[in-house]
Amino acid sequence: MKRLPLRTALAVALLSTAVSVSAKNLVVCTEASPEGFDIVQYTTAVTADASAETVLNRLVDFAPGTTDVEPALAERWDISPDGLEYTFYLRPGVKFHSTDYFKPTRTLNADDVLWSFQRQLDPNHPWHKLSLVGYPYFESMGFKDLLKSVDKVDDMTVKITLNHAESPFLRDIAMPFNSIYSAEYADQLLKAGKTAELNSKPIGTGPFIFVRYNKDAQVRFKANPDYFRGKPPSDVLIFAVTTDSNVRLQKLKANECQIALYPKPDEVKNIRKDPNLKVDELAALMTSYIAMNSSHKYLSDVRVRKAIDMAFDKQTYLNTVHGEGNALVAINPYPPTMLGFNKDMQSPPRDLDKARALLKEAGVPEGTVLTLFTRNGGGPTNPNPMLGAQLLQSDLQKIGIKLDIRVMEWGEMLKRAKSGEHDLVSTGWGGDNGDPDNFLTPLLSCEAAKNGENYARWCSKDFEALITRARNITEPEQRAALYEQAQVIFHQDQPWINVVHPMLFTAMRKNVEGYILSPLTNNNFATTRVK
Amino acid sequence: MFSFIARRVGLLIPTFFGITLLTFALIRMIPGDPVEVMMGERRVDPEMHAQAMERLGLNKPLYEQYFDYIGKLAHGDLGESLRTRESVWTEFSALFPATLELSMAALLFAGILGLLAGVIAALKRGSLFDHGVMGISLAGYSMPIFWWGLILIMFFSVTLGWTPVSGRIDLLYDIEPRTGFMLIDTLLSDEPEAFWDALHHMILPAIVLGTIPLAVIARMTRSSMLEVLREDYIRTARAKGLSPARVVFVHGLRNALIPVLTVVGLQVGTLLAGAVLTETIFSWPGIGKWLIEAIGARDYPVVQNGILLIACLVILVNFVVDILYGFANPRIRHQR
Repeated sequence: MKRLPLRTALAVALLSTAVSVSAKNLVVCTEASPEGFDIVQYTTAVTADASAETVLNRLVDFAPGTTDVEPALAERWDISPDGLEYTFYLRPGVKFHSTDYFKPTRTLNADDVLWSFQRQLDPNHPWHKLSLVGYPYFESMGFKDLLKSVDKVDDMTVKITLNHAESPFLRDIAMPFNSIYSAEYADQLLKAGKTAELNSKPIGTGPFIFVRYNKDAQVRFKANPDYFRGKPPSDVLIFAVTTDSNVRLQKLKANECQIALYPKPDEVKNIRKDPNLKVDELAALMTSYIAMNSSHKYLSDVRVRKAIDMAFDKQTYLNTVHGEGNALVAINPYPPTMLGFNKDMQSPPRDLDKARALLKEAGVPEGTVLTLFTRNGGGPTNPNPMLGAQLLQSDLQKIGIKLDIRVMEWGEMLKRAKSGEHDLVSTGWGGDNGDPDNFLTPLLSCEAAKNGENYARWCSKDFEALITRARNITEPEQRAALYEQAQVIFHQDQPWINVVHPMLFTAMRKNVEGYILSPLTNNNFATTRVK
Repeated sequence: MFSFIARRVGLLIPTFFGITLLTFALIRMIPGDPVEVMMGERRVDPEMHAQAMERLGLNKPLYEQYFDYIGKLAHGDLGESLRTRESVWTEFSALFPATLELSMAALLFAGILGLLAGVIAALKRGSLFDHGVMGISLAGYSMPIFWWGLILIMFFSVTLGWTPVSGRIDLLYDIEPRTGFMLIDTLLSDEPEAFWDALHHMILPAIVLGTIPLAVIARMTRSSMLEVLREDYIRTARAKGLSPARVVFVHGLRNALIPVLTVVGLQVGTLLAGAVLTETIFSWPGIGKWLIEAIGARDYPVVQNGILLIACLVILVNFVVDILYGFANPRIRHQR
């Protein structure tokens, strides 16, 4: 082979880099590799982006940039007056992807919807046991108990019957774990004994057709010309797996990718200064909080919990850990953009004297040691866990409490916090569907306290009654009133320190248009293009 | 010689079982199981948890799980990843070539530059060049890889635009992985210019990964050369009127290389360890990142068998080296 001099080689490589940024290609630097493409088996956002948001659709979808539902594979739906029956009318003529490994012979019909739900619901379904770890989201959202039946009314109509009314149900079925698969493709795989390929060679109705996944390197898709909402403007979509956020940013600057997901808050200021880049931002449906274990000595006393909350300087925490303007100080357990946020609630002003007095009244001796569990790596709800912990430590020192910071790996922290070993635990939650119930039931219900997911181990019968009622009625105003009352009880009992609601950022080249940031942190590129 | 090889093979068996036991036990000592970690902060339905643990065979007593594991190994079954459901062998064979390719490039870079710098420093002992090389190699040895990688990216890739920031190849090229070695796969593809692009992508990661071995090799070559150059046979060679280049490279370097090669062998471990960080910075899809993520996810089959496969490779290399030493030095062969 003829040898090229280094200069020629560099020129060829530079030229190829330039060519790669053609208007029809879109390269997105993502933060991790997808675990697979059969989304019902997984829970992570990166896997949902590579499957549910690209390849698949649901009966209803979240409207871009909101938590409102809009028609998707179902054109319309009826809800029975008692809120127990949902009838979905399917969109006619929706085509499944045609690839080297599957050629569909029919368009979407009720069999596909039934297959997608029954697989997770029915233990006797031929595919049910093929998922090694079950269906984590379906089960954790209580769908096994919620769904009474899923029936085919006719070829294009499906009826879902619930065991009890559930207000957030429509939003629930817009979530990735309720994606609709091709029953025809599943049958083909089952007959060929290749069921594992549902996870590695996905087929759906979504805006992009799966092309190839090179493990830990890239996922390639091409535009679906038959997409029912119209062909996406980008012909080729590539997810370039780039785990380090700083490297994602450098790649964006070098135009090796046109969108970089999840920049760190402290990088945002620099991105804004770059004339070739821009940042989209949105208040995410996230809360960063510190749960106080109310089953432990001293912390079982509400005065102690209030004293700790009162001593913590949240504004300094926000400015130091997230950066000024990159988060909102949290007042309630969920963000102000959601239904029933109680605007009358206020965080008590920082008052060290009053905090000391409360501790004295509760009989907490000077120098009492409390443990704080926190994770070793940062995430969107807490970009710098150690720094945040040290700020709290310094504040609590001023009221005579010694904070013993225990930094641990995430999995270990979850295990130990769920078994209640902590006094305080610094953690966070990202909403799945925009409904307040999605924050309050998993994090603060009595059932969650029993299971350990309610890290405060706080159980209030009055609070429980309010959130249960709100879950079972559909009228938004009535629900909002109940949630407002629930937040009053939360403030009276103070099981958490509400810390902040972080902002969500996406960095991109200036010539990218049509990208819409979602408060649910999902990323959909069906309307995104490079100018 | 046969009994020497038999002794060495005999030692491999307990080593192999020791590794299986160690990896099996260590990953299970970390709190949290695969199902809990996958569910994260979400509700873990106890019934679902129990069913999943049963399907994964993790509800059995530990000794039974270990014997199941060994039984599967005996049949050549490395199991499948609990996270991706892919077979461990498929994942390893897809990712290992990337790590190997990068390590070899780094070793080549470190070997050539290190030898050259070490020899010149020894010949110009006490000169500015000598002090410079030793100073730089000390700095190189203590360089934090993550920081060094980012500095090079910012300077060469972003400011000067000479090299790509990360990855193995420009995403314009859709290269089908045939051997897993990108340089070979690009040559086998229909796009020959992709080879140069892949080579181009390798420059910075190879420099970053090769920095510490380069420093070690340069220092070792210098001191080894200094010692050799004082030997009687060098003086004899010079007295015979051989050219200085012949004295240095044929008589000097050849003898000085023996300890250097031992050090190069030891650097293979450093390269594999350093690959974890280098792979993260340069989004290089290799086994380092794969194993770290598997530990985080408590992906038992990947951790156990991934480490086992790497350990087997190291054992194999050591075994071959032992045998070669035995051939080269009869005293080793006859040791009891």
